[in-house]
This record gives sequence, structure tokens and C-alpha cells, in this order.
Amino acid sequence: MVIDATRMKSLGDRFAEAEVRGRSPWADARKRFAHNKAAVAGLVVLILIGLFALFGNLIAAWSNEELDFAVMGQVAELGRPSFASGHYFGTDDLGRDLFARTVQGTRISLMVGIVGSAIAVIAGTLYGATAGYVGGRIDNVMMRTVDILMSVPYMFVLILLLVIFGRSITMLFVGIGLISWLDMSRIVRGQTLSLKHKEFIEAAQATGVPTFTIIRRHIVPNLLGVVAVYATLLVPLMILTESFISFLGLGVQEPLTSWGALISEGAGTINYGTLWQLAFPLFFFVITLFAFFFVGDGLRDALDPKDR
Amino acid sequence: MLAYIAKRLAIAVPTLLLLIIISFLLMHAAPGGPFTQERALPAAVLANLEAKYGLDQPLWRQMATYVWGIVSDFDFGPSFIYKDRTVNEIIAQGFPVTLTYGSLSFLLAVIVGVTLGVFAAIYHNSWLDYLAVGISIGAQVLPNFVMAPILVLVFTLWLRWLPGGGWEGGQWQYIIMPVIALSTSFMASIARITRSSMLEVLNSNHIRTARAKGLPERKVILRHALKPAMLPVISYLGPAFVTMITGSVVVDIYFSTGGIGKAFVDSALNRDYAVMMGVTILVGALTILFNLVVDILYAWIDPKIRY
Amino acid sequence: MMNKLLLTTILSVGLALPAVAATPQAGETLAENQDYTYWLLDAIKSMDPQINTDVEGSGILRSLFEGLYNEDQEGGLVPGVALDHELSDDKTTYTFHLRDNAKWSNGDPVTAGDFVYAWKRLADPATASEYAWYMELMQVKNAAKIIAGEAPVDELGVTAVDDHTLQVTIEAPLPYFPKMLTHASVFPVNRKVIEANGDKWTEAGTLVGNGAYVLKEHILGEKVVMEPNPEYWDNEHTILQKVTALTINDQDAALTRYLAGELDRVDIPAGRYPQMKAEYPDQAISVPQSCSYIYMFNMDEAKGPAALKDVRVRKALSYAIDRDIIVNNILQGGQAPSYNWTHAATEGFTLPEIDYASWTQAERTAKAKELLAEAGFGMDNPLNLTLNYNTSESHKKIAIAVQQFWKGVGVNLTLNNMEWKVHTDKMQNQDFEIARYAWCGDYNEASTYLDLFTSYSGHNNGKFFSEEYDQLMKDSKTAADPNPMYTEAEQILADEMPMAPIYQYTKVEMIKPDIKGAGLMNLMQNWYLKDMYRVAN
Repeated sequence: MVIDATRMKSLGDRFAEAEVRGRSPWADARKRFAHNKAAVAGLVVLILIGLFALFGNLIAAWSNEELDFAVMGQVAELGRPSFASGHYFGTDDLGRDLFARTVQGTRISLMVGIVGSAIAVIAGTLYGATAGYVGGRIDNVMMRTVDILMSVPYMFVLILLLVIFGRSITMLFVGIGLISWLDMSRIVRGQTLSLKHKEFIEAAQATGVPTFTIIRRHIVPNLLGVVAVYATLLVPLMILTESFISFLGLGVQEPLTSWGALISEGAGTINYGTLWQLAFPLFFFVITLFAFFFVGDGLRDALDPKDR
Repeated sequence: MLAYIAKRLAIAVPTLLLLIIISFLLMHAAPGGPFTQERALPAAVLANLEAKYGLDQPLWRQMATYVWGIVSDFDFGPSFIYKDRTVNEIIAQGFPVTLTYGSLSFLLAVIVGVTLGVFAAIYHNSWLDYLAVGISIGAQVLPNFVMAPILVLVFTLWLRWLPGGGWEGGQWQYIIMPVIALSTSFMASIARITRSSMLEVLNSNHIRTARAKGLPERKVILRHALKPAMLPVISYLGPAFVTMITGSVVVDIYFSTGGIGKAFVDSALNRDYAVMMGVTILVGALTILFNLVVDILYAWIDPKIRY
Repeated sequence: MMNKLLLTTILSVGLALPAVAATPQAGETLAENQDYTYWLLDAIKSMDPQINTDVEGSGILRSLFEGLYNEDQEGGLVPGVALDHELSDDKTTYTFHLRDNAKWSNGDPVTAGDFVYAWKRLADPATASEYAWYMELMQVKNAAKIIAGEAPVDELGVTAVDDHTLQVTIEAPLPYFPKMLTHASVFPVNRKVIEANGDKWTEAGTLVGNGAYVLKEHILGEKVVMEPNPEYWDNEHTILQKVTALTINDQDAALTRYLAGELDRVDIPAGRYPQMKAEYPDQAISVPQSCSYIYMFNMDEAKGPAALKDVRVRKALSYAIDRDIIVNNILQGGQAPSYNWTHAATEGFTLPEIDYASWTQAERTAKAKELLAEAGFGMDNPLNLTLNYNTSESHKKIAIAVQQFWKGVGVNLTLNNMEWKVHTDKMQNQDFEIARYAWCGDYNEASTYLDLFTSYSGHNNGKFFSEEYDQLMKDSKTAADPNPMYTEAEQILADEMPMAPIYQYTKVEMIKPDIKGAGLMNLMQNWYLKDMYRVAN
């Protein structure tokens, strides 16, 4: 699962072009997006999932860490999903309410996804824009560094980091975010380079606008489209990465949980007659990832219509 | 072109060096060492062990000795945990396994993914298209650690068609499930990328021209559309390769294939410094090599790029 | 004047039954198929007896090598390479008489010199064995000095009187010394082969052992294959013809493969026993195993939290744990709730009267609240503590449950899951408040547990200190019957509560019903392939 770089470049070009023409691509985008059924459906799903994460615990009959001693030990028989017991999604092996835990896992996973992708996008944009705008030897050194870092097997480094600094949610954010900023910085640099020689930038430079202001006022706004699409498509990747980390047992600390942790627990018990332990978290996981992909693709298509 | 390759390979050296330094320092910063165990070793025994493996030396000297060993003898040192094996032996045993199921997965992902994507594009908006898109999205988001136990449950426990794990020198029945578990999500990604890029190419002017000339559709697609449509797929292969190596960890754990993915995770957890370094360097080198191959392939297909 | 008394008491069973190899009982017919496949959680780290450190490796070593004594189905000693031994009057010199028909798998005779070589090798600083301390634990003369590099290896108290007589001198009388001889690290090794091949001598094809099996194949992390050793002195009684050990890192995957018929023996993951027992009553078993699971309190002067230095708090914490829920609802594998340290089934050991063991949980919880209140804690002034545990599904479940139990008495427990090496490192540096800990006996005698809480033990990570306790354990070494002292020592632990006992292990596994001789009744869970066989249904 990697983001299609060619399409991202095409999108960036489109923005650069639009800036020259003086017409914002955002104007038509909303309409196009609204016509894309899959994207709209994805957006609706995301909103629902967001509501579930925020308010789900209000309708939960149990807290996420309470042990239901009546169920514990006989989960396969007594821990089934049921409205009567208040365990709408059933319980896990310890008799903890899976509904409450799914709500909590959703929160953590979304948070990891969003914060991780924000870190990646911010780091990538700043780095790429600086390299591209400053240019020359500094650009050369910065991009060589990116080349070198590209060859580092990140998942390995992340595992090392988690092993060394212990598992913490901050470490997850940073570690996961740091994996993905490199691609972003390359795309942004490319866009910055092509924007730099456009007349409106040169005009600004001629009138003595400070470098930082130029980057802030003219470069960054023109990168927004790329950033928005990239960030949306990055979230599901972050969530997938987190699930892998959880599978390795290096995820968040109990009693916190995440989709990855829940799914990995559920997958381990697939043969013991407690299928709901896998089914519910997996369902939320899958539809959310779908939704992000649809929204991300839809956003990109809306901002960069191919039939222009 | 040759100059370009040479330049890329020249960058590989500092890259690997950086990788060695980073992982070396990270590893040594981790609490606990290879000989930390439940029953704390008497100081004297620990001292003997550290002397034997050179851990009593200052860090920079350990690193220098290590790098020199690689450069002069291609010797990655002895394993700290598997005491009768060297890192070279561990990699020589595990790497062919990972390479076998890895490249088969890769091949499967590309062939099926591209085929699926091309057909979906040709029969755009037909049931075939929807089916292909549906399958590929489903496969894309199903983590392989969910895929693996499902496969074992179905093919091993219920149908009794395939053994639930092991490698046995790479006999076919042991390869099937690892390959499926590893390849599906890549297959799906490739199918989606192929589909969208194929759609774009099919709508482009040069295809319209080709069709206008009255060439049969099959020829249009194979001769004119497929090659340009492959560009995004190729640029996807580089990162996909890295992700696949990561995925091999899951395969090794579930199917007990004995590849290097598991060796890496174990070595990090066991503080088997030498094995951890060896596998990291190997994967780093492969990544560099693979990215280079992908770039060359890209240049070969895309006439616009010249180095 | 030699003392033959001990010898007869220990070896009477074995001597009466000289052919202790696989012995089908009356009425059993052997199966056609004598192949056996069992499960390993991890790759085997080393096949070198003096280098190996783990239980799974020891299992294989017991098949490839043979020490002075073996264990029978119940764990009693039976002759191995040694037929018997004599003990000097001062109880510090053992003279072993070795059988003259023992051979290495290359045909060389097994001599006393091979043992001398192996034992010196274990202690030799140059070998840098992680189990060198075992030689120290056995109190072999000069072992400690040799390991520390303060004396030459040749001064180790072990000599070959002649090819078939081995003499060992120990520093002080050690009643359980013979029991320690079944441990893999004191198995003999073949000097010639080691010197010719260096570290590589343990490869399949090169490895020369004196056990009932030879190593056919060893693919690291995948499998180990063994076949009978035709040179073994008792090879005619070896029944299993091909033994394969498969490494499967995932317990659930291993169980699935057992159910698919790929394995003959596998552990049952925590909490799955009842279901397996219901579905496969003839295959799921649960037998006691000599390990004890505790939460250790850090009482270190400098690093231990102040609250844990108050015995009332320690007691309250221990009382508030509902062990019945842990064993019956979480582990569900027939484990015993534990209120003391030593595994209750340990040979010769008698439990003291431990008051809270007989209370109801409601009484314990009430008492816990009372003690905490006395110590100045309660619902309105909660005690905050952190528990370290290493990554594992069952450790996690127990920790979560304990967190809830303690919440009920006003203790806020933060869970801190870390991977094994970090956990161990923190424990050994006293960087913890409460830590999960477990100890498995090295031999079937209570001191293997109780020594741990002496102030001079290297494993007393919680830094519990009691002069009285130390004295008891020191005296027990020379006592004619140390067991009453062990009971007294346990009483001190119950009064001081340096740890909260939680449960005592059982070995919970699936084993095909036609496999016999697997030593299930041996508390140490040491099995010998040579004693195993398959019967026809």
C-alpha cells in the first residue's frame, strides 16, 4: 500500500497551472466531489465513525476496562454479542466489553492515523519547500539526504525505537509519522521548483518580499491540494502500520487498545468459537480504510479532473 | 546511463554506513544486552562473555572492527544468541527462503494485479470492473496477520489440503499459503494503480489515433497502451518491495518458514546485535538495489526520461 | 569408609529396573509407526551442552547426550552413564562408577575423562558459558574461583581416577547433589570432536553424542530431526525411530497444526484448556510443573517505593488478589492458586500453615482494606503503583485482572508492558515497583526456590533481607533433614510478604493418546525420547 506518486505529481502540476491562470481549483472541486458517489459515501462513513469514536461510550453499558466476572472463563458461551447483557459486540477473553473497547480502539487508531499523517505532511512540506525554494547546494545536500534515508528499512528502525524507548503513544506517533515524510518532501520540492520560476513569485521577489513570506503566502497555499490529498491517503497507511506494530506486541499499553491490537487478538482466537472478537473490530477497520481511500481518491479526482 | 548507475551505487556506500551507525547506536542504547537473562549472570561470567564477543571495547572500536570485518572478509560476525552459528550462516539459511516466497509473491502480485487492472479498465463500468475493484479493495485492507490464520483454518484444518506451516526445503505445498498471504494486498494495489492509469492512457490522444487507424483493439492495448500504463505500477514496485520484506515477518511467524523477517524481530528482541545488524544491512542493500532496478526499468519504458 | 546409605535410597528404584529404556506395559502393543513430532516455541539456540541455556534445548540435549544419571517417569534417579556412586563420610567426595559399555556415536568409549573435560569446560572462563554458575551452584570445589578467573581450570574438584571412575569433590555437603546431575550442562562432551571442529562441532553430521539419538538435521528456526544412535549402549530398547521437533512461533498456530494432525504434542494456549478437554478428553492434559508465578515487590533501600517497605501494604496487596479467578477463569488449565513461594508438589517439602490461604476472598479483601487503612491509604487517598510485566498474552490478562482487584481496595495500578530483555534489565537494576516474576526449579528440592530470597542470592531482585531467613537457608545445607527449615523459611516469607504469590504452574498440553513414556508425572517435566513409544490403538 503506497500512494501513487505519478498522480500526486499531476495534481501538483495542476495547482501550479491554476495559480498562473489565477483561478483556484478549489472552486469547482466541491461540485465534482459531490458528484462522486463513492467519495461522498466514504465521507459519510468517516463522519459516522468519528461520531462513534466520540460518543460511542455514551451508549456503552460497560466501561472499557471493567471485567465481567460472570462471563470471564466462559466467553465462548456467555460472552456472545447480546443486548440483554449489555455487551452489544460481545466480550473479549477477559470479559471486557468489546463495544467499549472498539470505541476506544477507534479513538486510538484514528488518532495515530491522523497525528501520524499530520507529522509526515508537516515535516515533508517544510523540508521539501525549503529545499526547493532555497535551491543550490543546500537543496542538493537535503535531497541527497532524502535519497539516503529512503533506503533505510523504516519498519526495522521503528521496531528498534519501540524496543528501546518502550511503547508509548507518543513514540508511535513520531515513529509512524517519520516513516512517511520522505515521499511528501520529494513531491513538495518538485512543486516548489516549478512554482519558483513562475512570474508571480519572481514579481514578489523583485518587490523585496522576504523569503519566508513568499514561502508562506505563495508556495504553501499552492501546495494545499497535494497536502490535503496526500494526508487523506496517508491516514489509512498509518492505521495499517499501527496494526502491524500491534501485531508484533509493540503497540499501546493496556488498558488502552487499538484496532490493530483488537484485530490481532481476534485473529489469534479465530479457531475458538469467539469470532465476534475478530469480526467487529475488523469491520470498523476495513470500512474506515475504504472510506479514507475513497475520500482521498475522490478529493484528488475532484481537484485534478483528468478530463480537463 | 552507466554513469547514472555508477553514481547511484556510489551513494549506496555512505547510505549503508549511515544505516550501520544508526542501528548500531540504537541497538546499544536499548536496555539489556544479549546476555541479560532471567538468572542474572555472575559478574565474572558476564565479563568473560563480553570479552569473548568484544563488548568490553569502546563503542567506536566495536563499530570499526565490525565494519572492517565486513569490508575485508565479508564477515558479519558470530551470532550472540545462536552461539554455534555465524551471522553469515543464519542469513544464508533464511535469505533464500524469504527470497523464494518473496519473489513468487511479487510475481503473483504483478501478474494477477496487472491482468485484473487491465481488464477492469477495458471493461470499464461493467460488472467485471466492479468485481475487480471490489476484490482489490477488500484484499488491500485485510492485514496479512488476519489473512494468514484464515488461510490456515480453511486449507489446513478444514480442507486438509495444505500443511499449516514449515518450509521443507521449499516444496510447493509449503509455499502456497505464504505466497498468498503476502501477495494479496500488493496484488490489490497493483490492480488499482493499473486500472486507473490504464483508463487514463486509453483516453489519451495517441490511443485514439491508434484506434482511428483501425488497429484491432487487442493490438492497441498490448502494443500501445500497456507500456505507458505500466509507469505508475513500476514506480510503485520500489516501496512495495520494502513493505513486502516487512510483511515477511508475519509470514515467518505464522507459517514457521524460517526466513529473515523473523530473524530480524528475534534479534532485536534478543539483542543479538550481530544478526540484527546483518539483516538490517542486507535489507538496506536490497532496498538500494531494488530502487535502482526500478529506476532503470522506468527509464527504459518511459522514453521521456534520460539520465 | 564410604557411605552407601544415600546411594541406596536414591537409586533403589533405578537399580531394581536396570533396563529403564522404553518399556511398554503388559497389554500394550507397539504401533507400526514409531515417528514422533513435537513442538518447539523457539529456535534451538545451541546444541552444545555447556552453552545451551533453555528448557527446549535441554530436551533435545537429553536425547543426544547422556549424563551420569537419568530420571525415570516420576522424576526419580536412574543410572545413566554412571551405574552408582559412593559418598565419603564427610559428605564432600562423590565417587561415581561408570558403565563400561557406554559409547559415543562415533564408536569411542565414554570415559570419566570426558566428564572431567566437560565440567572443566563449563567452568572455564574461556568457554564463557552462561551456565557456568551451575558449577558454582553444585558447589564443585574451586568452581567459583575458576569462573572468576582467580584459579586455573585444572584445579576444579573433578578427577578421573580411571576410565570408569569419576571423583567429584564439593565445597560443602549438598544433600541434593546427585539430583543436579541430570541437568544438561553437566553432560559429557567429546573432546576430540570439539577440538577438531571448534564452534561448528554441533552441526548435524559433525555432532558426536553419547545419547540414545543422533542429530540428523537442524535447520535453525524450522526443525530438528533425530534418529536412534546405533552405538548407544541400550539402543536395542530405543523404540521411536524418527523424532522431529518443529519450531512454530505462534502458539495458536501450533495448536491448529496439532489439530490438523501435523504434531503429536503441543502446549495449549492460556485459557483454552476447558474447550480442548471437552472436545478431546483423551488428548488434553494438565499435570503439575515445578514453576511458581509471583509479583515481586521492590523493597530496595534506595529505589523501592516507600509504601512497599510497609509490610501491611505488601500483605494487603497480596490479600486483595483473587487467585481463584486467575486460575479458574483466566488460565483455566488446572493451575493451583498459590499462597506461598515453593511449588507445593516439590519432593519432601511441607507447607507451613499460611493463615490467609484458608480465608475466603471476601475476608482477604476486607483484611486488605483494613491493612491499607492502617498504613494510611484508602479510597480517598489511593496508593499509586506501577507493575512491570513482559509481553505475553497470559501475563497481560493476569495483570489486567490484578489491576481491577486492586482498584477495589483503593490501589491505582499502572500497567507497564515491556519486552523481555527490558523487563529483565529493569528488574536486575531494581528499576521497578512491582514486577511479574516466575521461577522454575532446577531440581526437585525446595532450596531451588528458597535460596532466591537470601540476601546473597543473585536473583533476589526485590532486595528482601532477613537475617533469620539467611541463617535458616545456610543451616539447611548441612542439616540431616533440611525440610523443616524450608517450612520455617516459607513461614517467614508469608509473614514478610516480599512478593505476592499468584499461582503454581501446570503443564497444559495436547498429546496424542498413543504416545507413552513422556514422563508426565515428572514434576520437572523432563522427558527422555528413549523412554517414549507409540502404542497401537
